[in-house]
Amino acid sequence: MATQLDALLAQAEAAEEEAKRSVTVEKPLELHFDPGNLLAIDTNPLNETEFRLDREGYLKNTARDNAQLLINHIWSLPTESVDGVVVAQLPEGKTPIPREKPVPKAKPLTRWEQFAKLKGIKNRKKSMKVWDEQLKEWRPCWGYKRANDKERDWLVEVPDNADPYEDQFAKLKSAKKERVARNEFNRLRNIARNNKLKVPGVGLPTKDDPSKQELGTALSLAKRATASIGKFQESLPKEKKPRGTGKRRKFEPLIGDFLHEKERQLGILSKISNKEPKLDVTKAVNKHVLEEEQEAATEKEKRGGKRKKGGKSERRSKAGVKPNARHGHKRKGKGKDGGKGKVGQGRGAGPRRMASARGKAGKGRRGKK
Amino acid sequence: MRPLTEEETKVVFEKISKYIGENIKLLVDRPDGNYCFRLHRERIYYMSERLLKLASCIARESLLGSGTCFGKFTKTHKFRLQITALDFLAPYAKHKVWVKPGSEQSFLYGNHVVKSGLGRITENTLQYQGVVVYSMADLPLGFGVAAKSTQECRHADPMALVVFHQADIGEYIRVENELI
Repeated sequence: MATQLDALLAQAEAAEEEAKRSVTVEKPLELHFDPGNLLAIDTNPLNETEFRLDREGYLKNTARDNAQLLINHIWSLPTESVDGVVVAQLPEGKTPIPREKPVPKAKPLTRWEQFAKLKGIKNRKKSMKVWDEQLKEWRPCWGYKRANDKERDWLVEVPDNADPYEDQFAKLKSAKKERVARNEFNRLRNIARNNKLKVPGVGLPTKDDPSKQELGTALSLAKRATASIGKFQESLPKEKKPRGTGKRRKFEPLIGDFLHEKERQLGILSKISNKEPKLDVTKAVNKHVLEEEQEAATEKEKRGGKRKKGGKSERRSKAGVKPNARHGHKRKGKGKDGGKGKVGQGRGAGPRRMASARGKAGKGRRGKK
Repeated sequence: MRPLTEEETKVVFEKISKYIGENIKLLVDRPDGNYCFRLHRERIYYMSERLLKLASCIARESLLGSGTCFGKFTKTHKFRLQITALDFLAPYAKHKVWVKPGSEQSFLYGNHVVKSGLGRITENTLQYQGVVVYSMADLPLGFGVAAKSTQECRHADPMALVVFHQADIGEYIRVENELI
């Protein structure tokens, strides 16, 4: 019992001493402090014997002591209270810290900068706003709502040496388009130059993995690029005609010249009417058949209406039949077409006469009739 | 909307000529103003110059039509005349067919005209000639194609077709969604 108590007491005393010992540290040489970087440099030499005895323990103790000294130093700095917590104000770090990354290369001068340097052109500071006389206010020099905007001009004078029928507004517009296009071209050319890219003079640069459509276009272009525009180039075995190569259709304007339109339409109408034959053979035959029927009807009336029914059937067999059926299949094609018969042949003379004409050459009959 | 090309004009005029013959000149060249044909969404519209100018102010996607729709072009660029053209075909029709009151309804429901329903037919109508169908009261009912020539009609049996139906005014109710 007594020994246990003693042991406990001894332990407690040792701990107390440890705590007391911790705050104050004695060192032969003073440490160099850089509180800005929370750095303390200890230049005291190592105790060789203790180091050899217990390496880890010695290093640990040394580190603990130095840390304690650093914190003691920090406590000496001016403090402030932030959110109820006492905080020390650290000064700027004195130790220079080495670079993480290498020093950047100087950018090469752009084409303009080279030129400016060569010619000695200095960049003059211009103000952002310019006085606009027309609107009587300060407007930005360029961009949205710029001052002295030429596009706002509702009046453009025609110079003396210019064509009076030339559209000056259109001229200004096209000039602007030209400038914009040239600027863009130069910008892209500069990029290509700076990045040392090879750009072909004409056409698109080649791709590493072109798509199927691109290959098709390239193939059709290559095929066309001959002196005969591809007329004598043989196709590959499974080559198909390329799509979308036809000329783009152009239509008349919606509200064009109405007189012109009418003339064209009447021209088309006359063409259509010329196609139809002047003499329609079937029509002529039918007409004749009708006449015959009427003749027969009047004859019957004269003779008397007793044999009406019989006569009708008789007439039907003779006259009420299409001319085609009578003359056999040779004439059928012509009759059915309804008048591909030539003008002036005059064969509408009668079915009976036509039967006789069929035997001989058709053209020859004309004169003899 | 755009004007018709040469081929399209030819096709349209040929079709219309089947019904009104050379009277189509009166549609093209009118004394009371400039009238024109225009194509919009595969349909042919006939309108006056004034209406054309007004219609040109409307965006292409939102414009449904203007003037009278004569018909439409099919996928294979054949021209199909619609009932909406009847107002312009009827006064200039070359060959007419009058239908008896009994079979008017039948025609208006889209059926062909039978010999028994035939009232009158113009003389010298050829077979497969374009005809305009009227009621006995001279009201245009529609148009179609003569199945038989006038001669044959006289001797045809009562149940034979005399006019093939192509369009009738009943379509305004039956298929109004297709007419626009």
